[in-house]
Amino acid sequence: MPLKTEPVTINLGPQHPSTHGVFRLKVTFDGEQIVDAEPVMGYMHRGTEKLAEERSYVQIVTLTDRLDWVSSMTNNLSYVRTVEKLANIDVPIRAQYLRVICSELQRIASHLIATGFLMQELGTFGGTPLMYCFREREKILDMFEMLCGARVTLSYMRPGGLIQDAPPEFWERLKIFTSEMPGYVDELESLISDNEVVLARTKNVGILSDRVAVDASITGPMLRATGVRWDLRKAHPYEIYNSLHFEVPIGSNGDTFDRYFVRINEIRESIKLINQAVEQIPSGPIRTEIPYFFKPPVGTAFSSVEAPKGELGFYIVSDGGISPYRCHIRSPSFINLTVLKDLLVGASMADLIVIFGSIDVVMGEVDR
Amino acid sequence: MNFNNIQNLINTLIPSLPSWIVFMSAAIFISFFVINAVVMTGALTVWLERRLLARIQSRLGPNRWGPFGLFTPIADIIKMIGKEDIVPSTADKKIFNLAPIVLLVPVLLVFAVIPMSSNSFLGQLNIGILFIVGVTGFNTLAVFMAAWSSRNKYALFGAMRGVAMLLSYEVPMALSIVSVVLTTNFILNIEGSSLSALSLVGIVEAQRIPFFILQPLGCLIFVTAASAEMSRAPFDMIESESELGAGYHTEYSGIKFAIFQLTEFLAPVATAAIISVMFAGGIRGLSIIPGSISLIAKIFIIVLIFIWIRATWPRLRVDQIMNFAWKFLLPLSLINIFSQAVLLQIFLSSSSISNTELWIIAGINWIIAAVSIFILAKVFGHKGRAKNIPIPSPLANMEFKSE
Repeated sequence: MPLKTEPVTINLGPQHPSTHGVFRLKVTFDGEQIVDAEPVMGYMHRGTEKLAEERSYVQIVTLTDRLDWVSSMTNNLSYVRTVEKLANIDVPIRAQYLRVICSELQRIASHLIATGFLMQELGTFGGTPLMYCFREREKILDMFEMLCGARVTLSYMRPGGLIQDAPPEFWERLKIFTSEMPGYVDELESLISDNEVVLARTKNVGILSDRVAVDASITGPMLRATGVRWDLRKAHPYEIYNSLHFEVPIGSNGDTFDRYFVRINEIRESIKLINQAVEQIPSGPIRTEIPYFFKPPVGTAFSSVEAPKGELGFYIVSDGGISPYRCHIRSPSFINLTVLKDLLVGASMADLIVIFGSIDVVMGEVDR
Repeated sequence: MNFNNIQNLINTLIPSLPSWIVFMSAAIFISFFVINAVVMTGALTVWLERRLLARIQSRLGPNRWGPFGLFTPIADIIKMIGKEDIVPSTADKKIFNLAPIVLLVPVLLVFAVIPMSSNSFLGQLNIGILFIVGVTGFNTLAVFMAAWSSRNKYALFGAMRGVAMLLSYEVPMALSIVSVVLTTNFILNIEGSSLSALSLVGIVEAQRIPFFILQPLGCLIFVTAASAEMSRAPFDMIESESELGAGYHTEYSGIKFAIFQLTEFLAPVATAAIISVMFAGGIRGLSIIPGSISLIAKIFIIVLIFIWIRATWPRLRVDQIMNFAWKFLLPLSLINIFSQAVLLQIFLSSSSISNTELWIIAGINWIIAAVSIFILAKVFGHKGRAKNIPIPSPLANMEFKSE
């Protein structure tokens, strides 16, 4: 007599230890294999885009902090660049350098979080790599605290420049950080990349082909892991990236290990970028003053930057008032999640968590 | 201190008691002592694990109550007992309530037969190792009872994996025990000892040189299989909190959850006790240290190794775990039994036994272990270190602006 078996549907989330917030996934399992997966988004919808229509242009900066709360700097940068494009504001050179330094620091912090939580999801580990990552991230947050007093929701950037110049002790701290960080990255990598179990769990798991990635407009480390060498910092250089030398690390076949590996290498490249920027930074003003009741001319503007998770773009429609008529956010987390089903079907339950972790999403950005 | 001593003591104090009352009161005294000692050890292990894990991760760990936060487990236990005990309305209540007990009791029973002095608490149990294999087999049942009765899909997933894993790792574990018993039997026979080869006292008696030196392969297999049996990292399949919430005990709360947690932290101690008796010579050690002290020291060293493993290894996937059991550990344990039997037949067929002969066997066994692990790892392991060679995609038509 054949055994009667039937698929089991499990509601993964919204309350689940490894869904990075409130993400719900309806998964149908056949034994341990996934036969269907349906992401349900919107549990964290806070109406950021609608709120932006009620705020003045400077106030919106604080809303962008809360999009992807592990990389506020790049969110700020993307927004203020769009406003500057809309109103044709020139940014002083020193401010541009500081912006690049800050966003590279933020990239390191974000990639550390991504790597740490990927390892946490890979197994308990007792949380060792996660704690190593957090230890380094604390140093970055301390530096941000010196810059603007906040640690996570920074609001450091303003249309026209930055809120204030970096204090002298920031530069000392930055020098120590950039000299120590490569060693810590090596330490972290020796704990992870050489581990047989990590390799067994991540190699050839959740393979994303380059064709699918490009078709679904995946960006960021997830795209580069598939071998597509696409980085906005190189392709459409903004701020002063043109004058800095760096490599764009790519992976081989777009599996989970590659995504991790690309991130680790990007941390190294970011350190190089910071070192160059610190050498070249000129003195001068850090802000172009804009009027208190700032009203950009009627028109539209789209601008995007290479955020740690991918291409973060803002599309702003101005009707000449003090707040935008429409503010659309192209968030990388949301678009990177769209291929989730392609990655999951056929994988096993344990792979689900690892694949989801390797995409590196923040729900605040997905639901906006 | 053991069961017979207590009986004799009661008999001498109050001579005219009926024998069944003496038996019962001795049994109650012994079980009271063992359970309390073991549970306190469990609390100490909780503290040790949290503290050491924290130090490995460059954190501080619990440090609020007592010296070095030593009393934190007491606070934990009080909190757990104070919590509401929830039984899901769809649960099978009898089984649901029984499962934590079925899980805890075998761990306590293991301690009853560990020879803490020249004898175990229960006296001379001549099938000690068989008893241990028997009672520890209960944890499979308990995990399945807990998961199935709580009627939760996450719990069921944990139990499905757990039962498959626990059953498959029993095989290499039992086989590695067989080789220990084999060796013990040979040595005891030659020495003319009256002890049974299955009794833990006999196994300790036979370890002129500790068995982890005499048969490293068996020790390695046993440690691996035992850490799977108690479902610790890297084999913590049945709990796998990043995937399944809490696995098989998702629905438990209050004192029942505390019992699950206690068992989880007692299991390494029990396993370490078995390992130190079977492979590290038990109470044998330096002559100036009392036997029980050296046994406890060995137990805690092995517990520390388990904590260290937990801090540095991620979890395997369930199919990889099964592959590891059947394709790697099972052949290894067969090789171990075969080589050990052949070596014993060659060297120990004479009527006397010298330590030199044992050392020669140990040397050959180390070579066999190294070679067989190397060959099996070549066959089943990862092909070389992961060198991530970047392969540019043909779609990468981004034209970099010249710098």
